[in-house]
Formats: sequence, C-alpha cells, structure tokens
Amino acid sequence: MLLALDGVERAFGGVRAVDCTSFAVREGEIHGLIGPNGAGKTTLLNLISGLLRPSSGSIKLADRRIDSLAPHQIAALGVSRTYQNIRLFPALRALENVLVGEHLVRRAPLWKRLFFLPGARAEEQAARTRALTLLERVGMRERAGARAQYLSYGEQRRVEIARALASNPRLLLLDEPTAGMNAAEVTSVAALIRQVAKEGHSVLLVEHNVRLVMDVCEQITVLNFGKVIADGAPQAIAQDPAVIAAYLGNED
Amino acid sequence: MSTLGDLFLTYQSVISFVGIDALLALSVYATLCCGQLSLANAGFMAIGAYAAALLTLHTKLPFAAVLLASALAPAVFAVPLGLPVLRLRGIFLAIATIGFGEVVRLALVNWDYTNGALGLVAIPQRAQLWTIYLVLVIALFLFSRLRGSKIGYALESIREDETAARTMGINTTLAKLSMFVFGAALAGVAGGLEAHFTFMVAPSGYGFSRVVDMLVYAVVGGVATYLGPPVGAAFMTLLPEVLRGLGESVGLAPGPLRLFVSGAILLAVVLFLPNGIISLPLLFAAVRMRRERG
Repeated sequence: MLLALDGVERAFGGVRAVDCTSFAVREGEIHGLIGPNGAGKTTLLNLISGLLRPSSGSIKLADRRIDSLAPHQIAALGVSRTYQNIRLFPALRALENVLVGEHLVRRAPLWKRLFFLPGARAEEQAARTRALTLLERVGMRERAGARAQYLSYGEQRRVEIARALASNPRLLLLDEPTAGMNAAEVTSVAALIRQVAKEGHSVLLVEHNVRLVMDVCEQITVLNFGKVIADGAPQAIAQDPAVIAAYLGNED
Repeated sequence: MSTLGDLFLTYQSVISFVGIDALLALSVYATLCCGQLSLANAGFMAIGAYAAALLTLHTKLPFAAVLLASALAPAVFAVPLGLPVLRLRGIFLAIATIGFGEVVRLALVNWDYTNGALGLVAIPQRAQLWTIYLVLVIALFLFSRLRGSKIGYALESIREDETAARTMGINTTLAKLSMFVFGAALAGVAGGLEAHFTFMVAPSGYGFSRVVDMLVYAVVGGVATYLGPPVGAAFMTLLPEVLRGLGESVGLAPGPLRLFVSGAILLAVVLFLPNGIISLPLLFAAVRMRRERG
C-alpha cells in the first residue's frame, strides 16, 4: 500500500469532519474519493498533505507514519496536491509557478549560482525545459509567460496540475480538478490523469463529476458525514444502497 | 579642479548617506520580498552600530573585521527573535518587531557602559564613500543572484501563498528566518558604516521613525524587484537637498517643507504607483506604445 489511513479522525469543535476513516491507495492506482458536500473530502486531503493534524488515527505513506510531519516534509516524501479553490501564485507567470513546483527536484545549491558556475546554469536550463514540457502536457505552453492571475479558471486549474506534477510525486492529490471546466477540458484532464497513473504516479482524486470518477478510477471510496460508507470498484459503488441513499436520500 | 570634482566634494556626504540608506532599504526588502512586514531593523541597525563602535574604540581590529562583526551581531539576535515572531502574520508581525526595536533602544538608553542616552562619541571616521558603496554593491549582487534561483522562487511563492508554498516542499519557516537574519545583517552593517561615518552613535538615532524611513524608501522605490528600494532611498535622501534651495527661494524653512513633501510623495506612490518609482520607465513605455498604436 502506498497510502494507508487507519481510524483517522479530525474534529473542529464539536463537528467531526473526518470520523474514524480507514482506506488505502495502492501504488500506481487511480483512487476516487467522492461524497456529498461537507462529507469531509477536502479535510481528508488537508490531513494527508499535513496542513491539518488528525485528532487521532494514523496516516502512513509507504509504511511510514506521516501524520505528525510538516507539509514540506510530507511533500519531500512524494505527496503533491492541487486545491479545490486553486492556489496558484497569482503574480508569478505560469512557467514560474511550475518552477516553484520543481523545488524538491532541483539540486544545485545557491553558492554555485553566486559564482556563476556552469553546473548551476545547466540545472536552471533543465528546470526550465522540464517546466515547459509539463505546461505542454496540460496544453498551456503558449501561455507560459502569462501571470497566473490573468489566466482563465480552466487554464489556472491546468497550470496547477502541471505545478503539482513538477515535483515528480509518488502520490498526486487532486481536489476537484475539473470544477468549472467545459466538457472538452474535462475529457483532456481525464486523459491526463490516466497518462499520469500509467507513468507510475498514484492519484487520489476528489471529484464531484461522478461520471469522470466512474470513468477513470479503479477504486472508489465514498464518504458521508466524515465516515466511509462504501469502498470498492466503480461498478460495485454504483449499485451500493448506502451510496444511493447518501446521494439521493432514503425512500422513507 | 574641475567643476564636477567640486560638485562631488560638496555632496560627498549626501552621496554616502544615499549608500547607507540604500542598504537600510534593502534590509527591509529582505523580509518584504517573502511577504513579511518586519520593523525590527532599526533595532538591528543599533546593535550593529554599537557593536562596531565598541570594537573600534576598544580594540585594534581592522575595519573589515569590525564591519563583519556589525553584520554578525544583529544576525545572532535575529535567530532567537525570528523563530517565535515569524509565526505571526501581517500587522501582528509588524507590532511584535516594533516592540523589539523599542526594547533595544530603551536598553541602550539605560546602559551606562555606552553612556546611556548620550551614546558613544569620537568614533574614528573609518568608513569612506567607497567602503559604503562596496558593501552596497555586494548586497545588490547577492540579491541579483538570489532572484531567479530556486530559493528566489521559493521566497516569491511564500509571498504569494504561504500554504501552497509549504505543500510544494518549501520549508517556509527556514526560508523566512534566513531572510530575517539576512535583513538583520544588512541593517547591522549599515549601522556600522554610519557609526564610522558620522563619528557617533546614540539611541535616539534608532527609534521608530528610523525604521519608518527605511520602509518608506522601499515602498517609494518599489518592492517588486531588489532595485526598487535603493532607488527609493536615493530619491528620498536626495530630495531634501533639492528642496533646500527651492524652499529658500520661496522663503520657507527646509525642515517642515521636507516632511510635507516626503509625506505627499509617499501618498502619491501608494495611490498611483503601487510598484514604486522604479516602475515609471515601464509605465512610460506602455503609454508610448498605446499612443503609437493609436
């Protein structure tokens, strides 16, 4: 198991946003995380990426406890993410945003740059080329020089995915990557997610677009009121009475 | 001697002060560039100035070593101060760091060893115009190499969105602390230079208004690049000299006129030139392009 959550809880005051949640993501898997609004999906991503600490329970990445680490340490272990409400660096250009994403894979120290050593220059060139390649992959190469704040909503989402991929993560957390996108953009993001998984990155996908989730995910976990109500393959999830009740309500 | 040489001799001290003020503006920019409004720099400057003055008065150390000490002394204070206060954001960080500045100033007022409020006098003049500008050039070089580096981008990302920066693997605490310490060292070395240029140090020179001056230099010059703060420092330091003549010709005392004009310029820059006077050439270029297109 790449990521394993065991009895994870997080309470805000009296509200248990995440309540004794356990599930696991396998290496190379596209794992869907769905549930009605307020089910605790984003809280769960914040717990995994270290922005929040669980009140109890454990989160393991490749058998290593990560639930007490700082966000930058968790990122260094190979977890990268996007945000539901897009958190690009607004005044930086699209290319620069992706360059920041490469922070963990860039190795040349500052002193080499201070003395204009060729190693530093070559490393900068390589970083820039990688960033441009990633922008190309999300169809944003022509907009590489545009500041993030001037990009459209869909464009910002795509740059954010490129930035998250720039650290070459083992586990990619996507928080509603297709929100606000049109049908054509959704199709291209779906293709990108499949491609990324094929290259060996595991993906944990939080998404409201149920068709997309059913389409790309191999495994789906359904949350409601902070609890896991179903966990399994897409076909099984679609017929699960608890899931249908959570989304459509009970008959009685 | 040529007239240019005469002009230079007449204004040598003003040009030196421009260099010192440029260093101070850069010291504020060091934390501003990663989004932290720290106002501890008058305190750091005082520590650097006093450390340098004491070393010169009581030891035979060469000036380079004294300057190095004036950078290191405040840096040593900045680490334990920065660790707790950099957890604060925005205005709360500003208030906490103002507090530090006042603590330093009051400690110096009450310290008998350094003559309390009178301060230390008769410090030999060891700082020359060229020493000041050598230090400034080194500081500018460091900032220029930082820009566009991996760490430079990390700093910009912290300014833009600290939470997102953390999940990109950036140790934001370490980055912010490093720049806080770097800013302290710059303020300290500026203090050391000033002490050896004006022959004296006194607590009253490092009060709240001093750090406000530094911030004004940076904001007026523009904080989008490291070149802005020195330009702002030059502008705001040379301005009184220009105004002196102007004020005399209309029969005004230079003091009040200077304060009035400085305030008006700050207001105008904040309202109409959010990227400072360094953005003026770009702005003119944009206007010209629009006009040419018709």
